[in-house]
Amino acid sequence: MLAYAARRTLLAAPTLLVLIVLCYVLMYFSPGGPFTAERPLPPQVLANIEAKYGLDKPLHAQIWDYVVAIVTRFDFGPSFVYKDRSVNEIIAQGFPVTLTYGSISFVAATLVGVSLGVLAAVRHNTLLDFIAVGATFSAQALPNFVMAPILVIVFTWQLGWLPGGGWSGGKWEYIVMPVIALSTSFMASIARITRSSMLEVLNSGFIRTARARGISPAAILWRHAMKPAMLPVVSYLGPVFVAMITGSVLVDLYFSTGGIGLSYVNAALNRDYAVMLGVTILYGSLTIAFNLLVDLLYAWLDPRIRY
Amino acid sequence: MIYGKARVERIADRIADDGFAKGRSLWRDAAGRFFRNRAATGALALLGFIIAFSTAGSLLAVWSNEEIDWNVLADISGAGQPSFANGHFFGVDSLGRDLFARTLQATRTSLAVGIIGASVAVFIGTFYGAVAGFAGGFLDNLMMRAVDVLIAVPSMFIVILLMVMFERSLVMLFVGIGVVSWLDMARIVRGQTLSLKNREFVEAAHATGVNWLGIVFRHIAPNLLGVVVVYATLLVPSIILVESFISFLGLGVQEPDTSLGSLISEGSSTIIFGTLWQFAAPIAFFLALIASLYFIGDGLRDALDPKDF
Repeated sequence: MLAYAARRTLLAAPTLLVLIVLCYVLMYFSPGGPFTAERPLPPQVLANIEAKYGLDKPLHAQIWDYVVAIVTRFDFGPSFVYKDRSVNEIIAQGFPVTLTYGSISFVAATLVGVSLGVLAAVRHNTLLDFIAVGATFSAQALPNFVMAPILVIVFTWQLGWLPGGGWSGGKWEYIVMPVIALSTSFMASIARITRSSMLEVLNSGFIRTARARGISPAAILWRHAMKPAMLPVVSYLGPVFVAMITGSVLVDLYFSTGGIGLSYVNAALNRDYAVMLGVTILYGSLTIAFNLLVDLLYAWLDPRIRY
Repeated sequence: MIYGKARVERIADRIADDGFAKGRSLWRDAAGRFFRNRAATGALALLGFIIAFSTAGSLLAVWSNEEIDWNVLADISGAGQPSFANGHFFGVDSLGRDLFARTLQATRTSLAVGIIGASVAVFIGTFYGAVAGFAGGFLDNLMMRAVDVLIAVPSMFIVILLMVMFERSLVMLFVGIGVVSWLDMARIVRGQTLSLKNREFVEAAHATGVNWLGIVFRHIAPNLLGVVVVYATLLVPSIILVESFISFLGLGVQEPDTSLGSLISEGSSTIIFGTLWQFAAPIAFFLALIASLYFIGDGLRDALDPKDF
């Protein structure tokens, strides 16, 4: 287990490096940039600006500088568009917000999804099961960009219960709708996966043996069935994490929560490559870290898994 | 002296009698199973309707997708409502353009992105996975490690990077989404190839002197086809979702082109003015499209995966 963990951790570092290099190379070869305005700058001015940001050096030197700055000082450099702000400041301002509702959504989706799935599997072919299956099947087809406007129509315009956007320091009424919008479809997917894997486990031989030995249903569920049934769910958590990170961009934009997403979209519209790279790399490294966690969790749940 | 000779002869006669033991191919079996699945068949009909409607529906349209109807522009939430009298079957959008024509156009765009993106992904993924699986050894290891690395990268951000850095055109969208979506395909195909190439029937083909090209095309490829078809069908809706997401953010297709994502985005921002149809029309098409594709994919998986029985 320890050797596997070490090997798996070592794999994460080159992954991160590939991500950084890939993004930087894309930026380097893209035609046009943040400084190509509608009225072209005089070449000397452009050269001076590029020298200021270190963009006049050869590609490998630029990448080296960039990686060194990130690794040693955790510094993503200055924004190309906002003269007075660095990428770090933009991230530091928005990230706590995104992290708050993001982690609430992730925990909510996992907890509710798993409990719903287990409940449906235990009460297989009852009314409860049918309701759960129907609800999750339709909820799965509701991505966040459909959920968000529907929530605003219902809860803000029709009922007037919740504010349609804003953050105001993270009061609960501002968090509810972002969390629901972000987590609904994943909650449904997790519930479906849990239900089918739990059903498979509950019908397998060792559970029948446990029943025959007279173990109580609760003990069978928690001690015997839960661990193997969670395997497919755990491996699905990685993609959920990625999709939630992506979805947070939309939530930030739609609910004006002030998270990183808004800065990211503005950077994309203004061709502020420095901010785009910074956010992409930050989210990429979070993803890599989370995938590492999932793999270790998986190996702990199922000791047969070793690569 | 063979025991029960009469019976053997009777069976032989009946086998020789054509019409008795007509071979049923895997695909005919699968088609039978698929069409017995009512949800999947209904979804197929719905998808056919959407495709036909989005291509031929423009014949019904009174307005083009770019014309501005100046008569209703001043009072969009009133005069711009869906009506048959002025030819705006789905109403008009916030700029006074006919929403019927624009929804059809958006559905076409989304379908095209889904199908072309999925084709790109399937092509790259199948080729990559088959090569890795068939080659095995060091090359396989190297190629799959590369996939492991790339799969950890949040692909949506890469698509947006591509879209922003290179021109924001439809072509870039097709290619960008396809290029980041092939990884799962490669993994699936590689796994399938690996398990197939050591099977007895491949060994038998080897032993009877079939060359490797024949083995790949006659024995491996048909067995891969089921998985590829199922996965490709499920890939189309997920690519439409990605495209709609990017267009919702305003980073996708640009005017005068439109897609369901951008229409949903426009509709959701004008909801304050009481123009619910601007939101409802694209949403209805979007949900119908996604749901029918998912049902078809599910039905195909059940039909082509006989081990589920």
